[in-house]
Amino acid sequence: MKIDAKGMHFAELDRLIKSSPDSEVTIDNVLGQRYIAAGASGKNITINGVPGNALGAYMDGCRIEVRGNAQDAVGDTMNDGTLVIYGNCGDTTGYGMRGGRIFVKGYAGWRVGIHMKEYGSAVPEIVVGGSAGAYLGEYQAGGRIVVLGIGCEDRPCVGDFTSTGMHGGRIYVRSRYVPADLPKQTEVSAVTDKSELEPLVREFCGYFGYDADKLLADDYYVLTPSTAYIYKRMYTNRPF
Amino acid sequence: MIDYIQPDYEVVRNKELCIKCKVCVRQCANNVHVYDESRDVLYVDNSKCVNCHRCVTLCPAKALKIVKTDHCFKPSANYTEDIIKDIYRQADTGGVLLSSMGTPKSYPVYWDKILLNASQVTNPSIDPLREPMEIRTFLGRKPEEIRYLPDGSIETEKYPNLELKVPIMFSAMSYGSISKNAHIALARAAEQLGTFYNTGEGGLHEDLYKYGPNTIVQVASGRFGVHPAYLDAGAAIEIKIGQGAKPGIGGHLPGSKIGEEVSRTRMIPMGTDAISPAPHHDIYSIEDLRQLVYSLKEATDYKKPVIVKIAAVHNVAAIASGIARSGADIIAIDGFRGGTGAAPTRIRDNVGIPIELALAAVDTRLREEGIRNNVGLVVAGSVRTSADVVKAIALGADAVYIATPALLAIGCHLCRSCHAGRCNWGIATQVPELVQRLNPDVAYKRLVNLVSAWSHEIMEIMGGMGINSIEALRGNRLMLRGIGLTQKELDILGIRHAGE
Ligand code: SF4
Ligand code: SF4
Repeated sequence: MKIDAKGMHFAELDRLIKSSPDSEVTIDNVLGQRYIAAGASGKNITINGVPGNALGAYMDGCRIEVRGNAQDAVGDTMNDGTLVIYGNCGDTTGYGMRGGRIFVKGYAGWRVGIHMKEYGSAVPEIVVGGSAGAYLGEYQAGGRIVVLGIGCEDRPCVGDFTSTGMHGGRIYVRSRYVPADLPKQTEVSAVTDKSELEPLVREFCGYFGYDADKLLADDYYVLTPSTAYIYKRMYTNRPF
Repeated sequence: MIDYIQPDYEVVRNKELCIKCKVCVRQCANNVHVYDESRDVLYVDNSKCVNCHRCVTLCPAKALKIVKTDHCFKPSANYTEDIIKDIYRQADTGGVLLSSMGTPKSYPVYWDKILLNASQVTNPSIDPLREPMEIRTFLGRKPEEIRYLPDGSIETEKYPNLELKVPIMFSAMSYGSISKNAHIALARAAEQLGTFYNTGEGGLHEDLYKYGPNTIVQVASGRFGVHPAYLDAGAAIEIKIGQGAKPGIGGHLPGSKIGEEVSRTRMIPMGTDAISPAPHHDIYSIEDLRQLVYSLKEATDYKKPVIVKIAAVHNVAAIASGIARSGADIIAIDGFRGGTGAAPTRIRDNVGIPIELALAAVDTRLREEGIRNNVGLVVAGSVRTSADVVKAIALGADAVYIATPALLAIGCHLCRSCHAGRCNWGIATQVPELVQRLNPDVAYKRLVNLVSAWSHEIMEIMGGMGINSIEALRGNRLMLRGIGLTQKELDILGIRHAGE
């Protein structure tokens, strides 16, 4: 099914997508319509244009390709599925994400992967090709974030306050510049075992045409939390 | 290190009555009672007692009582015993003080300074035992106008509403902060009563999905347990912005309380802290709130009302006005005397405003702006009796949320130590042996009893006023009079003084 979204209200567009009998849906002339495929499952969606905020929020198993940039809250609280963005994306990408994958060719805004979780086999993954803004992985409780920093090889490719409040999961960064202000509870180490990284980088390169072997040969560091109880020592119980 | 803090309570055992059955030893999870086999004596460690009455209640010989110690500091109205002990505690540990349940401080309770009206001679009272009395409540956005179709039937733009048989719902308490058995009791009672309970921000246990039609599912900043099936399961979705007992502070369940089932329900690994900070980092404005409201509506096909819950704070009327324009269907306001499973003490005891003033201010503001019908209004934060419910509705609420009375009904003794995680009544704990003590079959009936009794009382009070429909009570402030209030307080409450 092909939809021309020119001038269309988001509610109408979303209704058309969800009620479409075809699993393949192509939407042209998308310009800022929010909540595309929110909570949806079982569709293969190609978006030509720039979708609005909360693309694929609570999504449960669609595959979405965006031929353009995406805005804020991409994949908010997403459960399953794959989002491939052939451009940049905005703030809070993958907020509270608990499964599925997001691949972004370019850079990503602030607070990417905030509150990301994992449970059992549901391990969400975000791969950002360029740089990521401040507060990357804030309160991260699980999942994997990879920042490849393509085009920022001469400077840090993650922003200030990266991994603040992180208490689970891992953040891989292809860079030689470790931020100076990492919080005390985060541990930094050089990546020696790239087995977890490799399939993600290869899939990323498959979409966006980069040389996976070359990217994988570079140095990466990984951020992990040193404790799952970040506030353990902060409180004193009062009996009344 | 010398411990400066002496016990608050003393466990008194009547040795003549005690039969040394050792029930107290087994029942006290705080290990206050100890049996010394070699000497065949029972002794107590008063310093660990939280005054929860478990041992007292279960002692078959009725040989126990708990008394407030008469050991004292030199009395001072300024440096009270509480303040002195808090300073010692913080000097010992360097920690932020943590407490639970509602503030024990003596702030004014406006419910107790408002009197209700009754009819005499004209507009006679109604006997609810003989005549129909409607307390069914529809909660949500109401249509702006009524249109007639050619065939004479009424066509209204339909907004999803919750239908409540009683204007009382159970407030958000997460699985994690309270036990699974407590959740089961709340869910079953809500189903039987034709009302709703609220998951809080801890997700929905798989065994409780069947109560979905009577469940409000919460979405908080940490998004614990939120996924499409969870959103679909609930009858309404509540976005938690704030909680009355701790405005500006988020939820934080320590990793020690996250065992296997809580972990599966919250969808986080076992033993990690569950952090739901106060700020939703994607919400900085009413427009952003609107985005979250609409993303939830889109994800659930506009079938369910969306509630936005906020704490009662100084500018609550302006905030509520914004929320009423955000697309939310219901606003829930939680007053500062409300309970909590754990909150920093200084926040609990000092931040926020009473629900009575917040409710009056919000209802007035929304009516002045002509947007009161955009939203349903639910209030919480120390609604303790059916009379409080009636007063809340007459001040403008559509319904109330109760939590502390619901917990009291199932055995809570308000020992205010939920944050310690060893609730002897099986409520605020995840310790399997303690959870087992709460029998949901008994507990749900006690909840049904409580709310049914309150419903009868509400009908009686309404009948006395000559009102037979809750619609006619809503916002009917003429039914209220203040007693011992200043003119300013009366103005904010929008009521007159008794005798006027
Ligand atoms: S904590 Fe409760 S059970 Fe233990 S001694 Fe005190 S009142 Fe009894
Ligand atoms: S729930 Fe349990 S711990 Fe909390 S106040 Fe009630 S009896 Fe005490």
